[in-house]
Amino acid sequence: MSQPAIPIEEERLVEIRREAERLGQVQGGGVRPAGAPFPQASPETGYYGLPLLKEPQWNWAIPLYFFVGGAAGSSGVIATMAEWAGGNRELARQARLLALGGAGLSGALLVYDLGRPARFLNMLRVFKPQSPMSMGAWILTAFSTSTAAAVFADLVSKHWNGLPVRLLGGSSKLFSTLFGMPFSNYTGVLIGATAIAAWNREIDMLPLHFGMSGLQAAASLLELLGNDDSRALNLLGMLASALETFEGIRLESKPERALAPLKHGPSGWVTRAGGLLSGPVPLLLRAAALAGGNRQMRRWAAWSGIAGSLLTRYGWMRAGHASARDFRLPLEI
Amino acid sequence: MSVTAFLTDSTLCIGCKACEVACKEWNGISEDGLSWTGFSYDNTKALGHSTWRHVAFAEAADQRQWKLDGSPRPAASMAANWQFSSDVCKHCENAGCLEACPTGAIVRTQFGGVFVQPDVCNGCSYCVVACPFGVVEKNKQDGRAFKCTFCYDRQKAGMVPACAKACPTESIKFGEIEDLRLRAQERLQELHGRGMADAVMYDPTHTSVGGTHAMFIVRGDPRTFNLPPNPELPTIYNRRGWKSSAIGGGLLLAGALLAFLLES
Repeated sequence: MSQPAIPIEEERLVEIRREAERLGQVQGGGVRPAGAPFPQASPETGYYGLPLLKEPQWNWAIPLYFFVGGAAGSSGVIATMAEWAGGNRELARQARLLALGGAGLSGALLVYDLGRPARFLNMLRVFKPQSPMSMGAWILTAFSTSTAAAVFADLVSKHWNGLPVRLLGGSSKLFSTLFGMPFSNYTGVLIGATAIAAWNREIDMLPLHFGMSGLQAAASLLELLGNDDSRALNLLGMLASALETFEGIRLESKPERALAPLKHGPSGWVTRAGGLLSGPVPLLLRAAALAGGNRQMRRWAAWSGIAGSLLTRYGWMRAGHASARDFRLPLEI
Repeated sequence: MSVTAFLTDSTLCIGCKACEVACKEWNGISEDGLSWTGFSYDNTKALGHSTWRHVAFAEAADQRQWKLDGSPRPAASMAANWQFSSDVCKHCENAGCLEACPTGAIVRTQFGGVFVQPDVCNGCSYCVVACPFGVVEKNKQDGRAFKCTFCYDRQKAGMVPACAKACPTESIKFGEIEDLRLRAQERLQELHGRGMADAVMYDPTHTSVGGTHAMFIVRGDPRTFNLPPNPELPTIYNRRGWKSSAIGGGLLLAGALLAFLLES
């Protein structure tokens, strides 16, 4: 038998023992147990580096709800303004149907995520201003009810447009607008008012950011539904993408460590891709369309905006997961 | 009905996990942690839906037998420092989970504890992200959120919570909150007198949480046990959030109004 690696390892071990005797620690490499350096419980490492906070336990339906709800709320406001300020009844009808469909889908997504879906009505047991989730449940209820009433009033008015129908139509459109505004962006308050650092450090901008993301999605969806000749929608898309561009630049230029999950790792790349697709890309395309470009540019801008809005919601959600896993943030290490 | 609290004194804890077992037995919680984590003798890692008492094992060992210059270290400094502390829901004076709960399932009991009513909770999991201590968790099989009940049922019957009852060293003390705060101060003085100058009380009264109904005496920095130095109630962000929401809503309305006025 030839002598294989064993004696050499023994020699190395003796070497290490000597070195340890002499120095009290081993400087050189050589033996590195799998998994080293081992986690420790200490003020610098927390409790073995285990997460202090719990990760969000929502499933895929919730970020999708953020997208759908944001688009639906904005669409409700667009519908009323298109009708009252623009006199564009056809666009108003489409936007209102989009808002109603979105509100219905929102409710379905929320119930789907519940651990006990049959108890969804428990959400309306209490009215709790200090809970953004409670406020959201009430806003969703009020928005879908008023939007449904507006659609109903419009349907009836084709056959009979008496005073009761006009009253119902007018008031329901007013309420649909009033509740559409918070419905388009309250999800930013929802995740901002939590213990998760990447979210709560951005509480001042998150609702505005999510609202503009929703406006972007609403304007883009309506354009793709055949309204790619509406200048107003292009302007709204420009407003949203301009603010999203600003938000992207602001986030990128903030060196705060708590915001790292929004820039690095898988969650960071999703958020960044979402920011690009809902910020500069549609902004440039829409500006070009405004300066005499063609409709195709607006359709590209719309597709980009929709994808960007969707990615933004998933990016922020993943960033919340990554942030919750980081024990250093709550321990202030 | 007096307001009650836990005082968990880690200087008396022997790491026997009787509290974990008593809690599981009394409350009928499903098993977990029958595997080794490798983090000392801990096998449940953290509090969660099926772990309402968690004994943390902190091995703060400086076991080097020689100093850097090659001289031997005195035996006293070689000794491994092994600390145990039984963690539990803090039952915050101002509780993030309670404020966040949209169904009213989470309530404050007459004993001052925070209790999740299992017949009301619909599993929305908003409390999970609202807890600054990472305590409450949704059981995905069951669908509802669970955490320490402060043995609400036992307390109603005038009994001591199961974990405190089972603790063989009275490391887990249970009693009237103001009384326990006094006893904690006495105990700290006693420990300091014995030379344990690093013994501290963990009860974050200086933040929006406003103190807890589960206080801890630990040696050294409480962060070793994943106890956050400045836990905050998430509702402190509400005002700023709704302000941003109002600005966003206003911008949406004004933008749409102007855009369609310009078009018509």
